[in-house]
Amino acid sequence: MDTKLLKKSLKLFTVFFRIGMFTFGGGYAMIPYIEHEIVEKNKWIESEDIIDIFAVVQSLPGVIAVNSSTFVGYRVAGLLGAFAATLGVILPSYIIIAIIALFFYNFRNYPFVNEAFYGIQAGVAALMCNVVYKLSKSSIKNGFAIVLALSAFLALTIFGAPAIGVLLIAGVLGLAASTLYNVKNKEEPTK
Amino acid sequence: MNILLELFLVFAKIGLFTIGGGYAMIPLITQEITQRNWLTLEGVIDIIAISEMTPGPFAINSATFIGIQQAGLIGGVAATMGVATPSFIIVVVVARYFTRFKDHHIVQGILSGLRPAVIGLIASSTLMIAQNAFYITGWEGWAKLLSAVDWRSIAIFALGLVGIIKLKIHPALMIIISAALGIIFFTWL
Repeated sequence: MDTKLLKKSLKLFTVFFRIGMFTFGGGYAMIPYIEHEIVEKNKWIESEDIIDIFAVVQSLPGVIAVNSSTFVGYRVAGLLGAFAATLGVILPSYIIIAIIALFFYNFRNYPFVNEAFYGIQAGVAALMCNVVYKLSKSSIKNGFAIVLALSAFLALTIFGAPAIGVLLIAGVLGLAASTLYNVKNKEEPTK
Repeated sequence: MNILLELFLVFAKIGLFTIGGGYAMIPLITQEITQRNWLTLEGVIDIIAISEMTPGPFAINSATFIGIQQAGLIGGVAATMGVATPSFIIVVVVARYFTRFKDHHIVQGILSGLRPAVIGLIASSTLMIAQNAFYITGWEGWAKLLSAVDWRSIAIFALGLVGIIKLKIHPALMIIISAALGIIFFTWL
């Protein structure tokens, strides 16, 4: 095997391990770390490419933090690089969660932990409200989107519909609506 | 079915249908995991809280946590690999062939339907989580909507909303503050 690729992949692993260790609060929190480690320190990728990569991986299944690591790894050192970066970014949380999972249920019986978790549950509810609010502001821009969001909400809340089924139907409806829209505007050239 | 294979497959399914970040996964996790009795809704909320306080995405953390609880450290590996494998394959293929993937009109069309639906699903999970948080002795129906609610939880929820929307405090810090308030309110009020 190409030793240069192997060396690069090892480096990718350690860089993304560090990134994985310090990424609190989801995918976008990673961007500054990636900029620092990948663009400035190692000059593996241009800064504009990082933004493009984040735009692309958002529309793919999976977690943004992991997807962007895979993508950057692939760009830098092919399949081996993608594997090294992905493993690197996942491993820190695996280790931390393993420690918590192995000791968690003992810890759950300590005094005050139950009371703390009553508080945490209310806090998580507030956090989730904020997520829904922020996502709605950025992604719900027309009547079609409002109807879809409400239907999905009701399907799950009232009828207990399977989430995957709701997503499949929504994807098909989105495709159908945008195709109809494009056909209607055929005379006007669209980019 | 072998438990390791089952963990891998269930989390691969969850990974494949998680579009739009970790929170989009909460409705899926809740359905798939609670149906199998792998975790209760309280357990799911615990993992959300743990994920906010530890590095790493919720999707990975919950797979690791549930995998380890069901089948030890190797179960954690199976579930984590499961949740990561579908997107790994897809991202590599996209990185290889479609640099302009996001601009493709078919992808755009599908996404225009998926994005709002995901928000509706997350809203539904939010409601479930709030209901669970506000009625700590359990939901007793619409007739007891106001009498069964725990006002201490509502107070922490309201403070949390102000903290995160107005004061923009970090989610991890907010979870720590909520825990402290929980100890104070539920021990002494």
